[in-house]
Amino acid sequence: MNVLSLTLLGVLFSSLLTGLIIFFLKEESHRLRTWLNLLGAGLKLVLVVALLRGIYLGKTYAWSFEFLPGLPLALGADANSMLFVTLSTVLWFWTTLYAVGYLEDSPHRSRFFGFFSLCVTATTGIALSANLVTFLIFYELLTVSTYPLVVHRGTAKALQGGRVYLTYTLLGGAILLLAVAWLYSLAGPVPFKERGAIEGLMVSHRRELQWLFLLFMAGIGVKAAIVPLHGWLPRAMVAPAPVSSLLHAVAVVKAGAFGIVRIVYDVYGAENAAELGVLPPLAIAASVTIVYGSVCALFQDELKKRLAFSTVSQVSYIVLGTAILGPLAAIGGLVHLVHQGLLKITLFFGAGNYAETLGIHRVSEMNGVGRRLPLTTAAFTVAALGMIGVPPLAGYVSKWYLSKGAVTAGDHWVTVVLAASSLLNAAYFLPILYRAWFLPPPEKWPAEHSFGRWETHWMLLAAPLVTAALVIWAGVFAESAFSPLAWVKLIAAREYGP
Amino acid sequence: MTPAWFMGGLILGPLVAAALAFTFPKRGRGMACAAAGVVGIAVTALIRAVLGGGVSSHRVSGWGAPLGIDLRADGLAVLLLALTALIAVAVTGYAAPYLRATDSPEARHRERYFWPLLLFLWTALNALFLTRDLFNLYVALELLGFAAVALVALEGKGDALRAALRYLFVSLSASLFYLLGVALVYGQCATVDLALVAGRAQPGPALTVALALMTGGLIAKAALFPLHFWLPPAHANAPAPVSALLSALVVKGAFYLLLRLWFEALPVFHTPAAARLFGMLGAAAILWGSINALTQSRLKLLIAYSTVAQLGYLFLMFSLMTGRDGGFGAWCGALLLLGARACAKTAMFLAAGNILRAAGHDRINDLAGIAQVLPVSAFALGLAGVSLVGLPPSGGFAGKWLLLSAGLREGQWWGGAVILVGSLLAAAYIMRVMTRAFTPAAPGTAVRPVPPIMEWTALALALVAVGMGLAGSWLAELLRVGGPWP
Repeated sequence: MNVLSLTLLGVLFSSLLTGLIIFFLKEESHRLRTWLNLLGAGLKLVLVVALLRGIYLGKTYAWSFEFLPGLPLALGADANSMLFVTLSTVLWFWTTLYAVGYLEDSPHRSRFFGFFSLCVTATTGIALSANLVTFLIFYELLTVSTYPLVVHRGTAKALQGGRVYLTYTLLGGAILLLAVAWLYSLAGPVPFKERGAIEGLMVSHRRELQWLFLLFMAGIGVKAAIVPLHGWLPRAMVAPAPVSSLLHAVAVVKAGAFGIVRIVYDVYGAENAAELGVLPPLAIAASVTIVYGSVCALFQDELKKRLAFSTVSQVSYIVLGTAILGPLAAIGGLVHLVHQGLLKITLFFGAGNYAETLGIHRVSEMNGVGRRLPLTTAAFTVAALGMIGVPPLAGYVSKWYLSKGAVTAGDHWVTVVLAASSLLNAAYFLPILYRAWFLPPPEKWPAEHSFGRWETHWMLLAAPLVTAALVIWAGVFAESAFSPLAWVKLIAAREYGP
Repeated sequence: MTPAWFMGGLILGPLVAAALAFTFPKRGRGMACAAAGVVGIAVTALIRAVLGGGVSSHRVSGWGAPLGIDLRADGLAVLLLALTALIAVAVTGYAAPYLRATDSPEARHRERYFWPLLLFLWTALNALFLTRDLFNLYVALELLGFAAVALVALEGKGDALRAALRYLFVSLSASLFYLLGVALVYGQCATVDLALVAGRAQPGPALTVALALMTGGLIAKAALFPLHFWLPPAHANAPAPVSALLSALVVKGAFYLLLRLWFEALPVFHTPAAARLFGMLGAAAILWGSINALTQSRLKLLIAYSTVAQLGYLFLMFSLMTGRDGGFGAWCGALLLLGARACAKTAMFLAAGNILRAAGHDRINDLAGIAQVLPVSAFALGLAGVSLVGLPPSGGFAGKWLLLSAGLREGQWWGGAVILVGSLLAAAYIMRVMTRAFTPAAPGTAVRPVPPIMEWTALALALVAVGMGLAGSWLAELLRVGGPWP
């Protein structure tokens, strides 16, 4: 065990230990819990930066442990995993801050933050998994640790939403387990490798590999909310706002999308997958999801529900980018993993602020909120415009590369899908912005709270402002060396390079 | 000290303590603690001896088989001895405050007999795991059965007595079948020693009948579908610590004996047809038990039916023992599952006992608010559920994974499908309980306080069940000792 593998484990344990300690804290020790939370999240951030620097300098990080005979639990850090781990760690820090402000004075906070930390531990584990079995283990852990967060409020609706969530994800998990065990019986533990790890089976087990691909997509597609497996996501909206951010931007949906990227690039290899003919159906499923999600979002009056359907649609951009062969589309898909996270978390922070400060839950109640919460609404606006794909914001960069990739690959119909989706995005986001800024506010808000100096609690305000700034940065400085795009180009070059 | 001493201590320690506890009723708890100390040291030493020096065996007083008594500890035996010790210690810690809840004559009566019976049960299990001949195994099995029946009857109320009587009837007739089988084996092989029988056995009608009789008896004791009917009432009506013991250990004793019989004494009879029959019964048990668990209205009955289902997984192993690795994967998988499920089941029954004490009932539909009143117990229930469903990193996951991959490798798709469906059904019935438990209570619900130790014992065992998966490699190494695997 050397310093390198210790750093790797440190990234995992910084949140695991925090979570375990928090479970045993008394409900009243608010200050201690907050410090522990921020300390864990901060430490994780520092370790991730160290990891990034190490990888940049060409060090390799790996750690493994024989979990069962012939079955290693292996962690490692490659370019792909760093993309996801950095995203979730950065967003995690701000979500924690936000959650502390959001849940002030609500019951069962130790339970909440304990599971919150376990949840990010599982996400980090998913990102750092170096083989398929390890991925499966953390993937299931994520399911378990999210459920208590979804049902946190304990209302009949929350429990119902939780039940739907668990039903979908456990079914998906069982299918994934079957797929992993089947592939294991053919090829061993399957370490993740650029350009795929199943070369040897391509000729002898063609038919099996095709079936396996279907099983993998069905299993992971539940978390990635691919239509028709998306039903749980809009219903999980009953959870508190920080949990929604977690589901949509940091952990769950992202884990699904990341899993699909892993399966296509690092288990099958994009070229092998194309050879097997499994990518076109995936591209079609993703396109259907993109359009369907946007159309559904149009008809939602509940703000969080509208955002949820928007997630259904947006996450499939990542899947679409993965399913189209070629480096450009890959860049578009992968970079959207980061961009969608930044955009959607800002939107959910905004929605949470409207609900917490003014008691607003519906789009139809949002008239004039821009005057009462100008900073929150500004952040919300930036993210909404980014989603639509207005240059130079983050969403534009993703869509640009996706369409360029599709044209290069000869899939011209994809550009039509992207254009339609952008129009639909505009159709469901612009009316919100119009109401917020240009319509007069009502005489009285549904349930207004006052938080002193700022328009809302400072923790609730800081988080969306920072993430909105990141949205602008990821778009404006996309071509600089320190941007998600630069990192993603590196991954694509390795997957498709000479 | 040699391993022989440790093996002796494992049997004599609880036996002497049982006799003393019976003679001095006020000292029952102290005796159990003393026995726990002795057994704890002996088991630890024996594990080290077995890991370091392979199988340990000992001829009592120098008389070897076929005349004398041979004690033998291989990886399988040591694992089960350790599991028994762990659960018995937990139950001892739990039972002390549990039995002292009220100071009525009935309660004193219960406490008077609980400790000696617990210790007899422990003796019987340890003897069962260490002896090597069919007749001594019968003696141990009989002692186990009597102790278990008496413990069920301890509650002394109508339902419990009826269940105990039914259990006694099944247990006695099952023993009779087993004994008949042993007599036939003796007639054929002129020995009852496991190793010698294996050497002399020739497939033929007499031995087939003998094996069928013994297997039938043991299946009834192990409550394999369709002979499980006695289990749910017996387990659900016994006091919580007793339910835990029965579900975690007693039925596993009979299963252990089946393993010895089929894989050591008479492996020649382990034909594909027999394997398939076991596998089918196991699969039926998984489905039947799980579906019944889903429809129960009482928590303890739900847990009992879930035991019926869990036993099915163990029997699935019989059909998977044909692989290229000599079935080692399936063997480890089933035994890991056995260990993890034993801990999880104990945790669940103990948590159910806490709920029963706090709320005065265990009706699933009225469990609202339990998570607020008994957070630790609710957490234990949830964690045990995680292991039962087989979510990582629990021991349940490790075992399920090994069984599933063995099944897929051998092309036994139906086995894999049953395993997956079974775990989804388990998720469904656990979720049913947890959803109720996390519903906020109606204000003004009165509850009785539960001593913290009773809550934390449940949680500790649930944590062991969840953590066991991480020790999978080590346990597999232990199981390899004394088995036919390279």
